[in-house]
Amino acid sequence: MLRNRLPQLALVALVLFLLVFPTLFPEPFLLRTMILVLLWSVLGLAWNIIGGYAGQVSFGHAIFFGLGAYTSTLLLNNWGISPWLGMLGGALVAVIVSAIIGWPSFRLAGHYFAIATIAAGEIFAVLFRNLKWAGGAVGLYLPIVRGDRLVDFQFNESKAMYYYIVLGMLVATALVTYWIERTRMGYYLKAIREDPDAARSLGINVTRYKLYAMVISAALAAMAGTFYAQFVLYVSPKTVFPLALSIQMALVAILGGTGTLAGPIIGAAVLIPMAEYTRVYLAGRVGGLHLVVYGLLIVLISIYQPGGLMALLRNWQHRRRQRKLAQAAPVTAPAGGMGDGSV
Amino acid sequence: MALFEVHGLTKTFGGLAANRDITMRVEQGEILGLIGPNGAGKTTFFNCVTGFYPPSAGSVRFQDQEITGWPPERVCQAGIARTFQIVRVLGDLTVLENVMIGAFLRHPRVPDARRKALAVLELTGLADRQDQMARNLTIAGKKRLELARALATEPTLLFLDEAMAGLNPSEIHAAVAIVRRLQEQGITIVMVEHVMKVVMPLADRIVVLDSGQVIADDVPERIAANERVIEAYLGEKYRAAS
Repeated sequence: MLRNRLPQLALVALVLFLLVFPTLFPEPFLLRTMILVLLWSVLGLAWNIIGGYAGQVSFGHAIFFGLGAYTSTLLLNNWGISPWLGMLGGALVAVIVSAIIGWPSFRLAGHYFAIATIAAGEIFAVLFRNLKWAGGAVGLYLPIVRGDRLVDFQFNESKAMYYYIVLGMLVATALVTYWIERTRMGYYLKAIREDPDAARSLGINVTRYKLYAMVISAALAAMAGTFYAQFVLYVSPKTVFPLALSIQMALVAILGGTGTLAGPIIGAAVLIPMAEYTRVYLAGRVGGLHLVVYGLLIVLISIYQPGGLMALLRNWQHRRRQRKLAQAAPVTAPAGGMGDGSV
Repeated sequence: MALFEVHGLTKTFGGLAANRDITMRVEQGEILGLIGPNGAGKTTFFNCVTGFYPPSAGSVRFQDQEITGWPPERVCQAGIARTFQIVRVLGDLTVLENVMIGAFLRHPRVPDARRKALAVLELTGLADRQDQMARNLTIAGKKRLELARALATEPTLLFLDEAMAGLNPSEIHAAVAIVRRLQEQGITIVMVEHVMKVVMPLADRIVVLDSGQVIADDVPERIAANERVIEAYLGEKYRAAS
């Protein structure tokens, strides 16, 4: 009985743990790491919609993250508009830009889409380095606001509020993903990933559905960008538009398991602490060693779990079910026999 | 008025004409066999009329509507479904999910699409394999799944591209039974087929292509006796056998 309920119990325990985490571990480094894990879960899930479900691998998602960060910051710095509204503004800008990028590049098959997104990402990095009114290469600082009010989206006394906001964003992003997975949209995206021509022969407008996936994905990444800007109170082309950021979004989803709801979250939960801890414990000793170790761990996961960590979990579940079936089989057969005998 | 009409359809690749001035029609409710030797242009013809290739010249009409050059998804939405010569099942999805993806066209909600898909799986004899991964099916299973998926879009006209190729005799028998059942349900069928034994008794009419051109269009009995067809395609062996 209890064993069957194990997954539900684990989920309840996880939710409770996440809710009380800042109280249990108020230590700044731990809280910061956890905030990053949640932020990267959001980014991984956002990337997963177009890169995982629809199978269009993008290495340019930093564009949307960066646009989200810059839009809300520029609105705040120039007109004093609340970052919450800025978040929606950033999402809107990302939707428009992603549609403009997506429309022509969706015609490119396979690897060429990935290459086009890398190029687009570089264009935005260069563009923002040269935009004087957006701070150029130096970037923009956000004004410090005292008082830790929710409207200001800025919390300098205690970082716990950031934690709860990003946790809420993760829940919202997970719900969007869940909705996609459970409706026609999810099925259509998977069909497009598996075979676009077969999908077209079944009446699916492939370009339109890729576009839907792209704009939803971009909007979510942009909202995460606004959060990041409010969290570090500084945006610059180097911190929000680099290729490395785009790659990391893909990595989180790929290592966790693409095209699944839990995959990117698991990916972030493994990858981000790994990155943070190798950085903290190794960077001071030998320059760059943390990146080597981090890279090595990624290589190991890719070699031994090419389906992502979700595949590991699924195999384990599968084996457990097989074992249960094997145990159950000899029991049910005689039970049926006894039933016949009693009639 | 015919259900489906092709007039002067030509498709060239560079200097090569894969289809040359093809004119034919398909009547409501019939099974039309499309045969021809390898390279006759049968698959090119399918790709042109289902929107995968834009024709170089000519027109395609379906239910009194000009559909020339429409993209595949629009052709399917209009009521023309197809299968592929080289199977294109969605390997990483289950059999049921594959068919649901077809069913979503007319049934946008998941429970409705599932109900429709289950009914189609029942009809095509795949119901007991609904939870299998599509990639694990045999070639016969995959061909049947493609047929089921196409049927789930509720077509008026169905194009089958070598649905029987590579199947063993008992599998062919089962597939023929399915095709007959579809005709009884009022679906019009155009089938490209290499297996003569299948197409001769099944088709109401046969169109023969050779070098991209229509060389015969007649009932099966007369096709078997047509000199040009025998010369182009059937050869001595078939004449001896019949």
